[in-house]
Amino acid sequence: MTPVLSWRLLTAMLIAGLAFLYAPIIILVIYSFNASPMVTIWTGVSAKWYGVLAHDQEILRAARVSIEIALISATGSTIIGTLAGYALSRFRRFRGRSFFMGLVMAPLVMPEIVSGIALLLMFVGSEQLFGWPHGRGIVTICAAHITFCSAYVAIVIQSRLAGFDTSLEEAALDLGAMPMTVFGLVTLPLILPGIVSAWLLAFSLSIDDVIVSEFTSGPGSTTLPLVIFSRVHLGVSPEVNALATIIIAIVLTATALLTFARLKRRAEG
Amino acid sequence: MRPLLSLVSGAWGRRIVIGLPFLWLALFFLLPFLVTLKIAFSPSINGIPPIGPILGLTDDGALRITLHIENWSYLFQDPSYVIAYGRSLLTAAITTVLCLVIGYPMAYRIARASPRMRPLLLILVIMPFWTSFLIRVYAWIGILKDNGLINNFLLWTRIIHQPLQMMNTQFAVHLVMTYAYLPFMLLPLYTTLEKLDLSLLEAASDLGGRPIISFLTVTLPLSLPGIVAGSLLVFIPAVGEFIIPTLVGSPGHQMIASVVFDEFFSNRDWPTASAVATAVVLLLLVPILALVWLRQRNDAKLIASS
Repeated sequence: MTPVLSWRLLTAMLIAGLAFLYAPIIILVIYSFNASPMVTIWTGVSAKWYGVLAHDQEILRAARVSIEIALISATGSTIIGTLAGYALSRFRRFRGRSFFMGLVMAPLVMPEIVSGIALLLMFVGSEQLFGWPHGRGIVTICAAHITFCSAYVAIVIQSRLAGFDTSLEEAALDLGAMPMTVFGLVTLPLILPGIVSAWLLAFSLSIDDVIVSEFTSGPGSTTLPLVIFSRVHLGVSPEVNALATIIIAIVLTATALLTFARLKRRAEG
Repeated sequence: MRPLLSLVSGAWGRRIVIGLPFLWLALFFLLPFLVTLKIAFSPSINGIPPIGPILGLTDDGALRITLHIENWSYLFQDPSYVIAYGRSLLTAAITTVLCLVIGYPMAYRIARASPRMRPLLLILVIMPFWTSFLIRVYAWIGILKDNGLINNFLLWTRIIHQPLQMMNTQFAVHLVMTYAYLPFMLLPLYTTLEKLDLSLLEAASDLGGRPIISFLTVTLPLSLPGIVAGSLLVFIPAVGEFIIPTLVGSPGHQMIASVVFDEFFSNRDWPTASAVATAVVLLLLVPILALVWLRQRNDAKLIASS
């Protein structure tokens, strides 16, 4: 069986595609070690921009805010999204199920700019009526992030649960276990890897968000992406290159560790 | 006793499992959207917040609702809105086609790689997706700008004598959007292609079908669900894309998200911004419903896999 394009051509296209995906990132990392403040003119190897970064109070503060928000949002959305994903996959019939499903999935397809405006308008309106939230800050950003992240979590959990039939849970019920016990001792361990990856996905979505944060943040709650976005708007900066390299390194390490753990588990199981 | 107990705790468990996410999403997704819809029909006033009421009392004390549709008529009267919508749709369409053309051969090759290589290649494709979106877009600025990597190289090799203007062009927007959205296309394509029954293809070619014929009559139709899912997953967010046109596009070629943004923050015309934003959702209603329909058609895993 020969494919339309020759095997060799397909391989070349795959390699070219991967190069397309990686080249910009690799170039960015290399140039973060450039001594010159003119980012694209190479004058020598230096780590000085990392030093500048380490003393940049605005970036350090924003990084702390971002991590705090991402931790809260990932945890909150994992709880809400796991419940939603469980309901969608295990409760086959309840009143308003399709409405519920639409509501859970809608944040996925809603353009971020629309979600952002809508949340801001609601927060402003609710402050006028009830005095809450008092201005905008970490609380409003977290509420917004939890909302769109839980949709992603729900999908991950739902597909994880779809991979297991209900026979294990039914067997436990037949043997006299209480539904809560079944959930804790059977279902939860089954979906635990799904919950972990959903949490990580939510964390990375939250810590990377620009648009929704732009609308829901207030003075004093500027997140890291907002700082990067406003600086990048003014052009390329060697400091942002260094910051980007650190973020890339963290992501690469985390992905590599997770992949290794998953492959090992697969090899064992 | 057990059935009764399990019934009680089961019912309460169910109520919490469904109720908590429902309440949260009603409060922070549905309600904000309804508020936006209301404000899209409110008058724009000079105040904080810059929105007038739509509810009022008539002279004889009856409730009066005034819907201000002028926010909506702007959308059609001012050609800049129509042009921005058109440009967003066109840019999203071009991005989708480019992703498909680049992604299909890649997904096909990965799906036909040895079972040991497949997870590795998949991880290679997904990994950039886990890296910050903003940073991946930013990375292109240093490559595309007038004294950027490509221009420096071309000038150095004396292929060109003047730097090519690539930044702040539609070319840059299409290129970077294709780059950023490629994984959305690749994963659903891979999922369908991987499941394709090779024996069908072998049968087609054993029966003397030419490769191109068997591709067009067997592989392509069978991978259609993946193509549709991938295209929707690229097209829908691409229409509302804000970061890429802002960073690498031309200010004279605004996409609709930038218009909403300017209307909101620069002009402080919240009602018009709400109307423009609501119209974006209306514009995307068909592709969004298509995606929902696809999901409900048991292709859940296809999309979930991404």
